[in-house]
Amino acid sequence: MTALMNFIDTLVLTIRDVLPILAILIGFQLFVLRRKIPNLKPVAIGFVFVLFGLTFFLLGLEKALFPLGKLMAEQLTNPDFLGLPDPTVKGHWLDYSWVYLFAFAIGFSTTIAEPSLLAVAIKAQQVSGGAIAATGLRIAVALGVAIGISIGTYRIVSGTPLTYYIIAGYIVVIIQTFYAPKIITALAYDSGGVTTSTVTVPLVAALGLGLSTQVPGSNPLLDGFGLIAFASLFPIMAVLGYAQIGEWRNRRQNKSQPQGER
Amino acid sequence: MLKFVKHLARTLKNSIRDLLPIFAVIAFFQLAVLQQPIPNLPDLVIGFMLVVIGLTLFIYGLETGLFPIGENMARDFASKGSLPWLLAFAFALGFGTTVAEPALIAVADEAAQVAATGGMIEDNESSRTEYASGLRLTVALSVGFAILLGVIRIIKGWPVQYLIIGGYIGVVIMTYFAPDEIIGIAYDSGGVTTSTITVPLVTALGVGLASNIKGRNPVIDGFGLIAFASLSPMIFVMGFGIIVT
Repeated sequence: MTALMNFIDTLVLTIRDVLPILAILIGFQLFVLRRKIPNLKPVAIGFVFVLFGLTFFLLGLEKALFPLGKLMAEQLTNPDFLGLPDPTVKGHWLDYSWVYLFAFAIGFSTTIAEPSLLAVAIKAQQVSGGAIAATGLRIAVALGVAIGISIGTYRIVSGTPLTYYIIAGYIVVIIQTFYAPKIITALAYDSGGVTTSTVTVPLVAALGLGLSTQVPGSNPLLDGFGLIAFASLFPIMAVLGYAQIGEWRNRRQNKSQPQGER
Repeated sequence: MLKFVKHLARTLKNSIRDLLPIFAVIAFFQLAVLQQPIPNLPDLVIGFMLVVIGLTLFIYGLETGLFPIGENMARDFASKGSLPWLLAFAFALGFGTTVAEPALIAVADEAAQVAATGGMIEDNESSRTEYASGLRLTVALSVGFAILLGVIRIIKGWPVQYLIIGGYIGVVIMTYFAPDEIIGIAYDSGGVTTSTITVPLVTALGVGLASNIKGRNPVIDGFGLIAFASLSPMIFVMGFGIIVT
């Protein structure tokens, strides 16, 4: 019975989130465009699928993943587990190695499961005629998030200012933009925004909060934030890099082929 | 009917593959690193099944519902040729989808807490609520503005990198002037604005517009709307922080 209640609660919440979007779509379709939507029936069914899909998805995350993930984030950042003799003294940054590893693993795996990234990757593969592979793009983005969050946890441990990292990141992105193939630029910038969504944000926020509560001299209200920013910045570099490596390999292949024939 | 079942089965298989890493990570850290049993295994299994079913239905609905709607509207707007209405739609889509976004509501409440503790505003219920809703409105306005600007960019064919680099410079300048307490929140607010339903719609809109306007490339010009939507809140939230103090 409670399961059903939970389901209905989540469904109502999802519908409430979708209502403004639906109102805008229908309003403009009816009053501005004044055109019928072609294939209205499958589109409407698709919308219902999206609603129910999101509801089940959120319900499952709340039931299984979030409680356990948040608990683990707490336990992994605990000084007892990390083997720090005195919890009021900050350990060497290497004492927190398990935290960095967990940050990497959870960043990678939640990004692979992120529905909005999946949507963008599917679209990119469609419109590029397969030149941009959905799976390759998603793995590049997930690696970016993984590396970003690991560095973000190191920042919390070391207590260095967030601004330096972000500005350095911007400089790298700008330099990469000049050398990366033009076809990937917009998509790479987009991938920064889509990674941090339903699955990633709650777990990453819990990790940041847990870590900044446990690290001596760190203020959770100030230092707990900022992990999401890392998770949105590093995928841009990863995707630009992925395209650069692809282009470099193509060039090398093209160079070596004519020689091989002779 | 058979086609429907086949499509759904293929989506289901992909969903399982996409979700396996998360559960492998959880299991590894819980069993091998923390060396504790998994609490409440039945709940975990049920939860996993719900997530798999949910992702499958979502992706299926995405391909049959959300993408076609976004593309159709983009095509209709392009053929109607009314720029003001298209821009109004872009702004409404950005503003409307952000103002009710649960992740944003959560971040805004936390930010109000930080501001109250830091002595930037009075520490009572009403001033916190006022601060939180002000912040939400700021972010929603900035996303509406970002999508609007992004649509203009697609129509004009401006290269995306100049606008983004301009945005970065804006962020750096604002960081210099903004109060310390707001910076982390501002940087994070860029990431939380784009929800799971907004992203496919906005992507389909951008790609649809670029495909229907002569001389635009759907890959080079069609993407980029999400990037604007995650960059502009950073600037606006720091601006909000400067004005409030």
